[in-house]
Amino acid sequence: MSWFDRLKSGLTRSTAKLGDSLAGLATGNLPLDAARLDAIEEALIAADLGPAVAGRIRARLADAKFAKGIDDAGLRDAVAAEVTAVLAPVAKPLSVTAFPRPHVILVVGVNGSGKTTTIAKLARRFTEADYTVMLAAGDTFRAAAIAQLKIWADRIGVPVISGEQGADAAGLAFEALKAAREAGTDVLIIDTAGRLQNKAGLMDELAKMRRVIQKLSPAAPHDTVLVLDATTGQNALNQIEVFRDVARITGLVMTKLDGSARGGVLVAAAERFHLPIHAVGVGEGMDDLRPFEAGEFGRALVGG
Amino acid sequence: MFDSLSDRLGSVFERLRGRGALTELDVRAAMREVRIALLEADVALSVVKQFIEDVTERAIGAEVTRSVTPGQQVVKIVNDALVELLGGEAEGLNIDVTPPAVIMMVGLQGSGKTTTTAKLAKLLTEKHAKKVMMASLDVARPAAQEQLRVLGEQVGVATLPIIAGQQPVAIAERARQAARLQGFDVVLLDTAGRLNVDVALMAEMAAIATATTPNEILLVVDALTGQDAVNVATAFKAEVALTGVVLTRMDGDARGGAALSMRAVTERPIKFAGTGEKLDALEAFDPQRVAGRILGMGDIVGLVERAAANIEQADAEKLAAKLAKGQFDMDDLRGQLRQMKAMGGLGALAGMIPGMGAAKKAMENGAIDDKVLGRMEAVICSMTLKERAKPEILTAKRKIRIAKGAGTTVQEVNKVIKMQMDMATAMKKLRKLGGMKGMASMMAKMGAGGAGGLAGMLGGGMPPGFDKFKR
Repeated sequence: MSWFDRLKSGLTRSTAKLGDSLAGLATGNLPLDAARLDAIEEALIAADLGPAVAGRIRARLADAKFAKGIDDAGLRDAVAAEVTAVLAPVAKPLSVTAFPRPHVILVVGVNGSGKTTTIAKLARRFTEADYTVMLAAGDTFRAAAIAQLKIWADRIGVPVISGEQGADAAGLAFEALKAAREAGTDVLIIDTAGRLQNKAGLMDELAKMRRVIQKLSPAAPHDTVLVLDATTGQNALNQIEVFRDVARITGLVMTKLDGSARGGVLVAAAERFHLPIHAVGVGEGMDDLRPFEAGEFGRALVGG
Repeated sequence: MFDSLSDRLGSVFERLRGRGALTELDVRAAMREVRIALLEADVALSVVKQFIEDVTERAIGAEVTRSVTPGQQVVKIVNDALVELLGGEAEGLNIDVTPPAVIMMVGLQGSGKTTTTAKLAKLLTEKHAKKVMMASLDVARPAAQEQLRVLGEQVGVATLPIIAGQQPVAIAERARQAARLQGFDVVLLDTAGRLNVDVALMAEMAAIATATTPNEILLVVDALTGQDAVNVATAFKAEVALTGVVLTRMDGDARGGAALSMRAVTERPIKFAGTGEKLDALEAFDPQRVAGRILGMGDIVGLVERAAANIEQADAEKLAAKLAKGQFDMDDLRGQLRQMKAMGGLGALAGMIPGMGAAKKAMENGAIDDKVLGRMEAVICSMTLKERAKPEILTAKRKIRIAKGAGTTVQEVNKVIKMQMDMATAMKKLRKLGGMKGMASMMAKMGAGGAGGLAGMLGGGMPPGFDKFKR
């Protein structure tokens, strides 16, 4: 399978379900009555858009005056258009802009959201675009996290700066930035240990990492990316809020969209936080990361 | 966790409680709010629908309309239904079989299987005196086997030696063989994370299950999971014979939707909950206690257990004796502050005490934090022994000295004194009521120990004055 096929199948699979729920609601040109609106609302909730956003989309559909009725395809288009309208302004790929180099990207998130794999995929994308990349194994907490990043770095062929397990992550970030600067690297991607957003001590550590990096390069980190797991529900909103306040995240990446989760919470997140959404992860391989595109996501979300 | 869900339910209930008569419309309106509260807490849509249907039917039926206090009755129906939804009794592991018992862990990527495997191994070794071996069948994620090996070293549990390139089914068979030959009681199989839509990997999981006939197959689920929980649980259940669920990251601020959905969707009990990053942070899951916390009724049993684990028996008896006489001086206050710290700080405690939602919220907003305990302790430590025993001798001059010693202001010192006085007054009142003595001696007898802290908080509410300690 080519990687494009894999991405496509990943996204389709991830989103076929909402399509299924919408299908059969409207055969032929039926008027959009309360029962059908309820069914749409439920389908949206089941895709993790949350009751508030689902309610709003429902209201907008109700206002849209489909007086002559609407068929299945038309309904999908209408829902997709609503979702796309919310997401379009926030779809922005990561780009390397820093001068002087390196462009520093700090990757944060809760445990198990897919930070390390996402870093590998990002590194792959940047190297393919002919940027030189260096990684920093800043997850000094989890057992074998450093080994995991090193294996990825070997596969992609990029250098990785690492310390001992249990070492000070901020110190390591500082060393890595120094090394990246000396080597004239374009992009430095820093891994961090997973942390739940309600653990104040760990969140303070993130703030410290920022401060330490800024001693060398006041504009760094140029991007602070929060990695969200697509299976996460409404809690993702809490995660964004707290990480935004503490780590000043500048954008989002959503992983594991190749599963049955549809990541609908991104719509709620876009409405509430207006943070850029950079990319989506659709598989375990290093090429399975693609730029986030609102129209595609909206269409895929409703299927068809 | 569960706070915002219990807040939301609480406000719905509050409005119902005061009502003299309830029409069907009132009930339906309340149920709509309950529905949204559950959905925002990430409870699966299908579960919510069923739940609301059941409750509405019961509430509109004869039970309520004939009741003298219809509002109260509805609240009770919702409560009962929630407890049912979480499942009745706590259930343990079925591992008392001819050794080795095989426990297989399955789940999505990043749900916390490997960490949970190590936690479970530690729990079985230390609390159940089992000889445990762990084996990682994860050949997909880089360094996953290495991770389990390191964790094994940390918790002092044997791991199956890694043979590079060996496939999962072969590793599983080798693990069972090795466990049998070496006389292990339990062998834990940590499988690779897999997506429920990945046909090949799901088939591989089924093959492992067939080859090793596990006594327990535990589905590890992230408590932060949203609506997808249903798809995941259904898919895994269809492929292997799940025997239970482990919920991880219950220490996050998830609203417990997954906890509420899992039992209903899998029809299997939730057996354990992961409650922290440390390797001993795995607790047996007790549905009734969790239901109590969701409903804002607190978790007194959990509180007492935690107290028992953290507080010295001797200290507790000494305090209980003093309290029985209605005394409460600065040393007692310091003792309480230390106990509270040992028991996981204010936040952990507030969540477990009924009706303490407000205090917990104040903490989350940053108005009160755990440092308050340390600062108060510093103030007390800066007093002489005599001052501690007789706080009434504290003059302005003494207060200035204490403030300097503790590196704080006289105002802060006054707050501590006020708190001690309030507590002492509360103790005296309780003693008059006669409740304190019985309670204190009972606690001491149980070894639960937290007599002072617990009884003080339960009797007099939160030690008065905490709200004055702003950051």
